[in-house]
Amino acid sequence: MTPLVEMRNISIAFGGVQAVDDVSIDLHAGEVVGLLGHNGAGKSTLIKILSGAYKADSGEILIDGKRVEINSPRDARAHNIEPIHQTLALADNLPAPANLFLGRELRTMFGFLDDSRMESETRKIMARLNPNFKKVAEPVSALSGGQRQSVAIARAVYFNARILIMDEPTAALGVHETKMVADLIMELKAQGLGIFLISHDTREMMSLCDRVSVMKNGQLVGTERVEDVSEDDILSMIILGKKAPEAV
Amino acid sequence: MSTTDTEKDAGTRARRRARLTDTLEIDTRLLGMIGAFVAVLVVFNILTDGRFLTPRNIFNLTIQTVSVAIMATGMVFVIVTRHIDLSVGALLATCSAVMAMMQTAWLPQYLGLPLGHPMIPWLAILAGIIAGGLIGAFQGWLTGYMMIPAFIVTLGGLLVWRNTGWYLTTGQTIGPLDPTFQMFGGINGTLGAFWSWVVGIAGTLAALAVLWNSRRDKQRHGFMVKPIWAEVALGAIIAVAILGFIAILNAYQVPEGRLRREFEARGEVMPEGYTEAYGLPISVLLLIVVAVVMTVIARKTRLGRYIFATGGNPQAAELSGINTRLLTVKVFTIMGVLCAISALVASARLTNHSNDIGTLDELRVIAAAVIGGTALAGGIGTIYGAILGALIMQSLQSGMAMVGVDAPLQNIVVGSVLVLAVLIDIIYRHRTGKG
Repeated sequence: MTPLVEMRNISIAFGGVQAVDDVSIDLHAGEVVGLLGHNGAGKSTLIKILSGAYKADSGEILIDGKRVEINSPRDARAHNIEPIHQTLALADNLPAPANLFLGRELRTMFGFLDDSRMESETRKIMARLNPNFKKVAEPVSALSGGQRQSVAIARAVYFNARILIMDEPTAALGVHETKMVADLIMELKAQGLGIFLISHDTREMMSLCDRVSVMKNGQLVGTERVEDVSEDDILSMIILGKKAPEAV
Repeated sequence: MSTTDTEKDAGTRARRRARLTDTLEIDTRLLGMIGAFVAVLVVFNILTDGRFLTPRNIFNLTIQTVSVAIMATGMVFVIVTRHIDLSVGALLATCSAVMAMMQTAWLPQYLGLPLGHPMIPWLAILAGIIAGGLIGAFQGWLTGYMMIPAFIVTLGGLLVWRNTGWYLTTGQTIGPLDPTFQMFGGINGTLGAFWSWVVGIAGTLAALAVLWNSRRDKQRHGFMVKPIWAEVALGAIIAVAILGFIAILNAYQVPEGRLRREFEARGEVMPEGYTEAYGLPISVLLLIVVAVVMTVIARKTRLGRYIFATGGNPQAAELSGINTRLLTVKVFTIMGVLCAISALVASARLTNHSNDIGTLDELRVIAAAVIGGTALAGGIGTIYGAILGALIMQSLQSGMAMVGVDAPLQNIVVGSVLVLAVLIDIIYRHRTGKG
């Protein structure tokens, strides 16, 4: 089966530092692939190349087996790649519908904002993603971290994202909300989206991901199916930068 | 009754109150501002033995507020996008100078239009608005594209435009201005009783139609709507407010001497017992139109949505594909155009252009916006709040003048009120967790 996304032999350097060095990863529809590694291992840089924030020095990106050029966040969106930023990129003073449709507002035939329709669409999608979500009319500053996360995810999903990029989606959340976001990730996966997940929490990655790719010093240490390895194997890949002997 | 019971009672009362304002869907902050405004009016009315709330004084109060209120609506957008405009008073002076020079010197000299030509006032107004828009756009470009902080751009602008106005007129006071032009100033251009009622009734019907439409729209989408009694109560309050305001303005009679002079000027004799009311001033109607347009922009257009989103989180706005630089240019252009409209009202009210027109208006305008609940941190503010803020400021100022408070004390009070209003707003937001 053709992968949804393939990043082949990607390299990028900033000044003298080789941030990403000849890395190849792929992602299938309905799959969650985790990116693991220390700070500065290059995983965020790699993913920013996919979301259009950086341009690779060399290498190619294929979507559905076709080579594509991604030079800006707009290009990425055009290929249904939706990054969910760590800072969430929500305007705190506006309610969920205004945030969900920010930059892509629904309008009436006279060109005015159609707030009722945006609100009703928001209610529909939130009912699917997070049935407990009720504060549709309040500014998102009044929402909990998990609810804000679900607004950010709803925003990607509503506009037919096929590839989600989630950077530390549960970093600032409590136990209950972490579970809620985890359930949501599973739900989106079941709907056939491909998800790149970045996290420091190895245990969480083992439970959420189908495969994990480990990076160190800009290079790919290896990609493993989670059922083939133990948490310790992954940890040693992160720390030592080499595959556990039994997995080789 | 024990203390706990009283506390419980107070709690229930507070909850019931909260429920009532929730049911009516009235912003509690708006209620607070209206409360403060009414308190100011009542206190001064008592201190002046009832002279403050006469039709004549209310008429004067409204026409004195118009110029600052018009600019304050634009300042809301500027402050919401996390900028500031210190140049509005100076920009008003330049626009006023352009309009005055157009009608008295440039149009007659360069286009050969004789003084009193019917096109003169309109061309002069148009030129002023274009000048205001261009200057605003230029300041917006310096801020948005050149990345110079708006504080600096407009601080420089304060000196530049104040003295551009001076340079254009070589420092002379220019007047009297064209009679048609003067109609936008206040007392020299009112609708009279009949047309004031027409405008009042049309306005009431339009407001009720908006209420009704939004209810129908909500029902169509299956959202919760207010109980019908709440809707009717709200409609009744609006109708009474609008029509009451018109009735007060219509109760202000044109003095007999002035009417007699008008009849004599037309070569007629004034009939015995003839009276005429001033009614709604054109300048106030202009403010209402500006307020409606600005409110629609703020709430119902992409431009308004982007202004508030950018104020709330500039990075989020940019990541969503909003061109925040161009947005800054647009916001300052709107501000410039509104300065020109205010210049029209202010110079028409004075019947001439003078060098010092609009001096210190930047402070009044910023104060009006801030008293009206616009947050300097950005993202929060309302048009009606800014207008209420301007009304509160003007009432304080004229009230104190009427009571005979010394001039230095007047300014001390106004300055203190500004700081106090912001403090109350901070406490309110803190308590309610809004913003």
